[in-house]
Amino acid sequence: MARSCSCDDFTRSQLLRRGAAIAGKGLPGIEPGMPMPAGTGMDRRTFLLRSAGAALSVYGASMLGPRHFEEGIAQAAAAGGSGEPVLVSIFMEGGWDALSVLAPVGEARYKELRPVLGLQEGAGRVFTEDETLMWHPAAGGLAELHEEGKVTVFPAIGYEPSEESHFTSRHYWEVGQLDANARSGWMGRYLDLVGDPDNPLQGLSLDYSLAPALATETMPVAAVSSPADYTMWAYGLGEPVAGPALETFGALGALPAPSPAYAQARAASYDTGLVLEEMANFVTTEKESGDHATVTYPPGEFAERLAVLAAMLHNGMPIKCVSLNAVGSYDTHAGEVDTLSTNLEQTVPALVAFQRDLEARGLDGRVLIQLWSEFGRRPRENGSGTDHGAGGVAFLIGTRVAGKMIGEFPGLTNLDENENLIRTSDYRGMYCSLLEQWFQTEAGLVIPEAATFERPVLVA
Amino acid sequence: MIARRRAAVDHSERVSSVLDDRRAAQRKLAKEQAAHHDQHGKRRKHRHKRKRHKDSAYRVAVKPEGTLGVALPVAPASPPPPSSAPVPAVGSAPITLAQARRLLWRAGFGPAPGQAEALVGQPLEQVVFALTRPSGPATLTGPEPVNEEGKPLEPASAWGDDHCWWLDRMVRSDQQLVERLTLIFHDWFANSNAQVDSQQLMLDQNELFRAMALGSFEDLFQAVTTNPAMLLFLNGTSNNRWDPNENYAREMMELFSLGADRGAYTEDDVREMARALTGWRNDWSEALGDYDFRFDSSYHDAGSKTVFGQTGKWNYEDAVRLCVGHPLHASFFVTKLWGYFVASAPSEATLASLQGLYVSSGYSIRAVVEAILQHPDFYEGPEMVTPPVVYNAGLLRSISRPIDTTAWAWLSANAGQQLFYPPNVSGWDFTRWLDTSTARARWEMASYVTSKTYPNPWPAEGEPQYSATEDPAAALSSALSYWANPRLSPESEQCIAAFAQSCFAEPLASWQKSPYRAMRQNALRMLIATSPDMQVS
Repeated sequence: MARSCSCDDFTRSQLLRRGAAIAGKGLPGIEPGMPMPAGTGMDRRTFLLRSAGAALSVYGASMLGPRHFEEGIAQAAAAGGSGEPVLVSIFMEGGWDALSVLAPVGEARYKELRPVLGLQEGAGRVFTEDETLMWHPAAGGLAELHEEGKVTVFPAIGYEPSEESHFTSRHYWEVGQLDANARSGWMGRYLDLVGDPDNPLQGLSLDYSLAPALATETMPVAAVSSPADYTMWAYGLGEPVAGPALETFGALGALPAPSPAYAQARAASYDTGLVLEEMANFVTTEKESGDHATVTYPPGEFAERLAVLAAMLHNGMPIKCVSLNAVGSYDTHAGEVDTLSTNLEQTVPALVAFQRDLEARGLDGRVLIQLWSEFGRRPRENGSGTDHGAGGVAFLIGTRVAGKMIGEFPGLTNLDENENLIRTSDYRGMYCSLLEQWFQTEAGLVIPEAATFERPVLVA
Repeated sequence: MIARRRAAVDHSERVSSVLDDRRAAQRKLAKEQAAHHDQHGKRRKHRHKRKRHKDSAYRVAVKPEGTLGVALPVAPASPPPPSSAPVPAVGSAPITLAQARRLLWRAGFGPAPGQAEALVGQPLEQVVFALTRPSGPATLTGPEPVNEEGKPLEPASAWGDDHCWWLDRMVRSDQQLVERLTLIFHDWFANSNAQVDSQQLMLDQNELFRAMALGSFEDLFQAVTTNPAMLLFLNGTSNNRWDPNENYAREMMELFSLGADRGAYTEDDVREMARALTGWRNDWSEALGDYDFRFDSSYHDAGSKTVFGQTGKWNYEDAVRLCVGHPLHASFFVTKLWGYFVASAPSEATLASLQGLYVSSGYSIRAVVEAILQHPDFYEGPEMVTPPVVYNAGLLRSISRPIDTTAWAWLSANAGQQLFYPPNVSGWDFTRWLDTSTARARWEMASYVTSKTYPNPWPAEGEPQYSATEDPAAALSSALSYWANPRLSPESEQCIAAFAQSCFAEPLASWQKSPYRAMRQNALRMLIATSPDMQVS
């Protein structure tokens, strides 16, 4: 099976020549289930390229002109094979309680602020960069990765002035600026900048609907809730009519639209048509390659999605930014002890499995995982839970992260005017560093006022 | 192009250049389509040679739009003061077919067969009043809802039966606006059974929305504040004088009555409001779950609180009264309600008049809805994306299919909207109904809608065969009439007609003639139902 670096021997110019030759002959169709690559006249690399979305460019070459054709091939080659970086953004919905995830058990005020919820010293692993902090017992997997130097911790991240509304704060994080009216997501704007107009999978929500952080102004992006099952069928519809019907479904999406809502509906059809082809090819390749994960994932949809994501990356799918939600809601106004433990127990082992899977497949050098939440929670508990707060905790996970804490833990002695944790790092600085150090892109093209944010060193 | 992408241009310049690119692409698309139609007949002949043909002219390099969706109107921080000037209205001009369709889709769940056509020519005002002024209890016409085994639904206990029980009302009720407003208030005061964990309490809340949908918003807000599902969902019964819980206090201002980022309230107001709301509690038992929701004055913080600068010994009733009486409430209410019905923001004058109407009518929901449904913007403004459950109900209505399966619950969930399970307290995101996951789910939903009436291409011996002679035009017209003749844009209809012409190659072997035509009919039904045109109204 082709590894992610397999195109060392398959340069861009070769790809272009190969693609041009095939386009000249006219490609036969590839049906799900068709032996591969038998009968296609293609080698595996070209086949993967097709599944990476270049098929359209090849087919459409004569209609679309050489310029687009060239670009499509180049894009797919770059995305599929040359180790282009991938960011996997994982949202802990509801505002997770930083002071329980990394509990300041060594702080004098901790017991006073958390008489019921406070964790006992020794219950979890000590945080090696600041020994007043302790990992939540259910976050042991993160501690393990941290000790391997694969986790960068932001112990008190946020922004000024802080917002205690879920929706406003989450929106700020999603759009990468403190603007309630901004519409495009911060990853969406990055994709608008570097994306491919025929590759919805470049921005991938592994969910039932699209993540706002991936919302784009121009480029297509995709939501795929269950990648192994992305097919469309209908009662009483089979070949030879089904194929043309599905193509017409996509074609209806390319027609003019008289209003924004119409355009949204058309775009959804068009993109769905593209993703349908790409996922069908992925599933076929994955099934027949016999080259599956050697790592065991825990059960559950979240872990399944991460497992399929690893396989998609392994297969050279042209994915740049991924978004998915962690398990459960972290909005623990009440019953926090049980809810938080359960959520972490279902999330952290899956994350560790994903990282181990990437390592086993040799993909860990090109994938970074970002864990974030809209805010931390109020230091003073309300009896059985905690209300909305400000400074929170975020993590970057990956083999190539710098692994050094960004901003210190501010302590509980001094809180802000709303009795919330003080912020010692800004999420927009994290975004700027990710754009520059991970994506090699000028942050100012994506994040407004980028120049004003300090850039922590995130990538080693 | 790549070089330009890498260039360090100013962000706003970049956006405008991208927009230029997109416009150019759209012009190119239009040209290609014209070329496509010209040479259509010629190209068709070659199609059957490919196993999977590609209609290259439709495969454009640049898709028409990004994925931002359509922004909802938001009440301004400095709204105009309420005005007694009348709200602009279309008046009593005879309603057109297009107006009737839009009204039935947006104020209800789509037309029943022939319903829109029958309204044409009636005074528009009267048509609106028929929706906004129903008398007596609703009548549900047609068979009672059942599950796939033909058994009655158990909405209080079986998973998905709650969804289907309500979907049935959407399909069958003659008080369509009441059901639509019930859905709106389910989104406005969005509680999810994922946390409430009692289908019965969710159904009780649903009945509350239905009963109060056209009454006073203040009354509704008061009832919601002490409604058991809401008390559980936003921790009202965990909020007591010893440990105030701010959950309801914040959302009642941010989401229910005033709006964020308008300077309407401060963080101190949230904390003080939480104290005012203390005192509700309930019991729990293994057998009964959460029960006996009550106000207990010994749990209430009886001290004085300062909210919006007003100091008093406020309780939960005062809390609602203070919100509704807040100078920024009326603009929030009318803008939010407007946004459920109209895609564009209300003008300054309309906003002022709607506020005036709302306040002078004693916070009447009916008065404001009636004005919105007669407003020229409602009829002349741009399309809106139809929510998944409305789409589902509309398809069922158009083929007069009763609820005979509970599959609609998961089908609708996949499409992004399971009733009684909104994603969070701010409700569903109306700007993002459509993406590659939910569009696919709508296809699946539409297919299920046809599941009892599709012609089987391969019928068993002795069962009727589909026509072996139906021509493409007849096939399209039959498929349109299956869905009670919805409106398609000319471009879409042309594209679907082209498919009907070319989806299989003549001449067919005799054994293929009927099966392929049956498949074509099923495909046409699917393409119409899932066309972009049917996702908007």
